Amino acid sequence: MENKYENLRSLLINLGISLLSIIIALIFGAFFVLLTEESPATAYQALYFGAFGNFRNILNTLWRSTPLILTGLAFALPFRGGLINIGAEGQFVMGGFAAGVAGFYFTSLPAFIHLPLAILAGVLAGALWAGLSGWLKAKMEVNEVISTIMLNYIAIALTINYGINKLRTSSRMATPEIMDSAKLIRFKDMADSGFWSYLPFIDIFADPAIRLHFNFILTLIVAVILWYLLFKTSIGYEFRAVGLNPSAAEYGGINANKTIIWTMLIGGAVAGLGGAGEALGTHFSFIQGMDAGYGFTGIAVGLIGQTHPIGVIFGGLLFGALNQGGLEMQFAGVPSEIVNIIQALVIFFIASLQIIKVYLKNRKEKGEVE
Amino acid sequence: METLLELISLPLILSSFRFATPLILAALGGIFSEKSGIINIALEGIMLFGAFAAVLGTSQTGSPWMGVIYAVVGGMLFAAILATVSIFFRADQIVIGTGINIFASGLTIFLLQIFFGVKGTSPQVARLPSMRIFDVRFSVLTYVSLILVPVVYYFFYKTHWGLRIRSIGEHPAAADTLGINVNRWRFISVLISGVLAGLAGAHLSIGDGNAFVREMSAGRGFIALAAMIFGKWHPVKAMGAALLFGYAEAIAVRVDFAFIPSELISAIPYILTIVVLAGFISKAVGPAASGEPYFKGER
Repeated sequence: MENKYENLRSLLINLGISLLSIIIALIFGAFFVLLTEESPATAYQALYFGAFGNFRNILNTLWRSTPLILTGLAFALPFRGGLINIGAEGQFVMGGFAAGVAGFYFTSLPAFIHLPLAILAGVLAGALWAGLSGWLKAKMEVNEVISTIMLNYIAIALTINYGINKLRTSSRMATPEIMDSAKLIRFKDMADSGFWSYLPFIDIFADPAIRLHFNFILTLIVAVILWYLLFKTSIGYEFRAVGLNPSAAEYGGINANKTIIWTMLIGGAVAGLGGAGEALGTHFSFIQGMDAGYGFTGIAVGLIGQTHPIGVIFGGLLFGALNQGGLEMQFAGVPSEIVNIIQALVIFFIASLQIIKVYLKNRKEKGEVE
Repeated sequence: METLLELISLPLILSSFRFATPLILAALGGIFSEKSGIINIALEGIMLFGAFAAVLGTSQTGSPWMGVIYAVVGGMLFAAILATVSIFFRADQIVIGTGINIFASGLTIFLLQIFFGVKGTSPQVARLPSMRIFDVRFSVLTYVSLILVPVVYYFFYKTHWGLRIRSIGEHPAAADTLGINVNRWRFISVLISGVLAGLAGAHLSIGDGNAFVREMSAGRGFIALAAMIFGKWHPVKAMGAALLFGYAEAIAVRVDFAFIPSELISAIPYILTIVVLAGFISKAVGPAASGEPYFKGER
């Protein structure tokens, strides 16, 4: 009973910190809006309408949330294992590139083989890229923060600078378009496809401006799997034990090095899926600028979600909504970069407000002594 | 053969100094911060904001020297965010650094629109004075960076202030026992770090160029971080690393290799950093207490 009460209390504290950070960031954001001589009310109204104003906007918010949820998870899982993965950006590009290449390279595979293969290529590329950092940490004691940062730039040099230049067939900075057999199903196309068109009400998705595709569904499944892995299996228990205190975990018979490599591998796989999804569902090729800083924004997403897989879904939805709504704000005459500023402010406040936990803990310990 | 000769040509070697300037300045900044125990991965963002502030100052006052002052103050303001939040709120330094980088990227594009009404490249402004040697332009900040290296070395290894900062980074509790105000010195060190990264930004926008371009730091803050690690947190060695990386950049820009694509040459600094950290060449170990917040009365 005591334990249940404790869990609920810590959940409420975490939720409170996240909400408070978002509110303070929006208030500060309003000051930046004032600099543009527009009213913050107009700007935020446009932001809200752009994100949730109608069915199409809501679905596009989900579409923009997808890569953010995945990079958020890519940060969250290693974080639970005591590692800071700044490398989701690189893992995302590697995943996108591998999937994009697999998507156009195989020309005569049936879709039920080609699509999973291309996704798998992306997932594996991301996993290996992160696993390299994990291995360097476990075997060579290389700090994962530095190695993931460096691997980000190596990945960009390999794929965007070198890979695209080598493979592109037009002036567009992108790999060739993928085969139809490797394309992720888009919601707007479902009404026209032989298989899905039998679903009732499928016509509501038949709007060419809806960009949501099936990676969103995969993402939700992945998040639930990670939640199960982290909190309901002994492997997840080991991850969290190493995260809380590596030497105690070692003493308790857990192989910390193995855990380090595995949390990174899984985190990278998830980021790789993000890249694969964007290549196979959004752009139909690997294009320059596809990453759009998702790897770094994912850190904020992971933190808002308190690095809890289900929380990360909500963090991703919030940031996806900001990104989607930012476009509408741009039309209203307020630069959409306000959104990036708000996102950065959320990071500052959420990281700073962790001090509340320290304060509450100290107060409690004092109370117990008296 | 001709390409090989080109590798040791004077213009190429001279232009490595030009490319190395922002790396040297920011790496010195990184050293200040990390020696005191604060990891500064925000160098990238601070540099970017410094580059913008320099152009803003120059266009508002007409003098590139005022631009440099704007860049220094701007860098300090950004560093003050890192210092305040990581020292007094005990926030995770890596997370805050990443936040600052996102903040700088969004804020500079936002301010470009507010002040200049454009989203990509600012209008051209006056440059800092420079000197041409063999077709290579050296801005005054290149000389400043080269002078600062021995100054920073002297500060850290020959003055008692430098010793204090180093002791804080290695063992803050011991330094505290000796009566050193740990958090105050950390704050000062991070501010100096911001000044240097801001100068690096000014070199990019008004030293080497004459305008601000969005995202113009383009990873140089992280290469500077790499130079700092490669140089094992030592000012002179870090300069050596920065020159090596500047040389790699000069090759990527100026030499056309048949056998290595120039796109991959730009990745050399990052690869070397991992190699050196893994101890394949020789082990690099940073200040012991770097990254840990310090509060009195905790062991």
